Amino acid sequence: MKEIKAIIRHEQLEMVRDSLDQIGVKGITITDVKGAGQQRGFTESYRGATTIIHFRPKLQLTVTVNDDKLEEVVEVIMTNARTGEIGDGKIFISPIEEVIRIRTGERGPDQV
Amino acid sequence: MIGKYVSILLLSIVFLALFTSTAFAAESDEISVSLNTVWTMMAAFLVAFMQAGFALLEGGLTRAKNVGNIMMKNLIDFGIASIAFWAIGFAIAFGAGNALFGTSGWFLNVSGDKVDTVFASLSWANIPLMAKWFFQMVFAGVAATIVSGAMAERTKFQAYLIYSAVITGIVYPIVVHWIWGGGWLASLGFQDFAGSTVVHSVGGWAALAGVIIIGPRLGKYGKKGEVNPIPGHSMSMVMLGVFILWLGWFGFNAGSTMGAMDLSFAEIAAVTTLAGAAASITGMLTAWARTGKPDVTLTAGAAIAGLVAITAPSAFVETWAAVTIGSLAGVIYVFAVILLDRLKIDDPVGAIPAHAFLGVIGTLFTGVFASPRLVEAVGVGKAGLVYTGNVDQLAIQLVGVLAVFAFVFPTSIVLFKTIKATVGLRVSPEEEIQGLDIHEHGMWGYPEQFVTQLPPSIAKHYPRARSANSALGMKIYHESEGIVR
Repeated sequence: MKEIKAIIRHEQLEMVRDSLDQIGVKGITITDVKGAGQQRGFTESYRGATTIIHFRPKLQLTVTVNDDKLEEVVEVIMTNARTGEIGDGKIFISPIEEVIRIRTGERGPDQV
Repeated sequence: MIGKYVSILLLSIVFLALFTSTAFAAESDEISVSLNTVWTMMAAFLVAFMQAGFALLEGGLTRAKNVGNIMMKNLIDFGIASIAFWAIGFAIAFGAGNALFGTSGWFLNVSGDKVDTVFASLSWANIPLMAKWFFQMVFAGVAATIVSGAMAERTKFQAYLIYSAVITGIVYPIVVHWIWGGGWLASLGFQDFAGSTVVHSVGGWAALAGVIIIGPRLGKYGKKGEVNPIPGHSMSMVMLGVFILWLGWFGFNAGSTMGAMDLSFAEIAAVTTLAGAAASITGMLTAWARTGKPDVTLTAGAAIAGLVAITAPSAFVETWAAVTIGSLAGVIYVFAVILLDRLKIDDPVGAIPAHAFLGVIGTLFTGVFASPRLVEAVGVGKAGLVYTGNVDQLAIQLVGVLAVFAFVFPTSIVLFKTIKATVGLRVSPEEEIQGLDIHEHGMWGYPEQFVTQLPPSIAKHYPRARSANSALGMKIYHESEGIVR
């Protein structure tokens, strides 16, 4: 089992969600995050003074998949989150030890 | 056939006209009192509504963690102003007395036949005493509330209560007496129709004194002298506040006729809105040229600045002069905001530039642009520089604004220093960082943003309502406040 953590643009979310839905991925978690990357921050101007906002708002999309599904899901996220401009985000993949369904207490890859 | 109907119709119109004109002749006095009173009261209600405008403007220009506190200050200073102006303020302002302050008419306790003696300074207005008091009381509320915005996000609530009572009960009424209450500036022929100096500069100078003594908000100015913007939390509140103030200003200026019969209020309203409109445009252009963007809050503030500037001259100037005054006001406002930041005078809402600086400049402009036609109609002072070619009226205007500064600014310095030495003027740094809402009032202006929606004792009965769990709520709170625990 793998956890796919993707930092994406807000405006790409609907395309990503729709395409994940089409390949049968049901469990998606999104979180509002702020962060800094190659894109850097932006300048804010207020009442004649300016300041650099170092952290930009992004979305963090978390999907947990079984190993055989991994490449397909990564490919779908990558295609649909990509605009080609700096600031498209990154995908991080890490192993998951266990998955437990709270309602029933069932465990294992079937619960992903 | 049709001709018959027409003649009957014409005949009845003639009869109706004859009948009503005789009735008018008999009741014209009563009707003029009624019309004057209806107009004055309607205008006063508009001015009272300006409290909502100030509350929204100041609330929007400050941070979410202080919104309850700043709105509360706007509410309670209106409460205090009403009571103080009923008890002593109105007597000091308009009661018979000496050239400096009134000494009669406390608590409005004046018998009907003595009203025009005790309040002789207002006997020119053909309306009942209660209408005069009501109209003047809402003005006192405006003078008080200007300071809350300038000193926002760091002033102790208790300190603000004391300040409000002193300014509306004593300081503001004394200035009113000088200028509108038959005092020494009135005798000189000082022209301030609706209060650029009387109301706005009093609030503005008190605000300047307060801000100098309390100091800037934490983090506003860096060690190397850099200015860190602290953006307000709601531009929609700011803009709604500006629209409400703009509307209220028609009551403020056009209502200062305290009468409707000579119809001058329509001209005053037109002049008022032209100045506000011109200032919003020039303010926007100045901000655009200076900062590279049509800055939202600078444009909003510039509109207010234009309205402040036209308040004194509103009954004295022609429309072209109003556009000139407003245009200059918008430019001056933007540069004044930037200048104050350079001087490290932290005024989150721009009250000092708008109310103090443009209050003074608007009053001086009266001495420049007052037209002979309108000066004769109002019956105060002389025409301005552009018509007469001499500075007689401008000199009187200068004496007036300097005198008001020389009284209000030092008095406010003493007042705020006294408050600082006794109950304390500023909240602790911890309170300032976490917000005045939670520390001064024990709640959040926007609770869902900061804390859990449901206490556990209730949440356990409603498992499906637990979605906004406390962990998430507290995380957002800590992030938004920059507090790490």
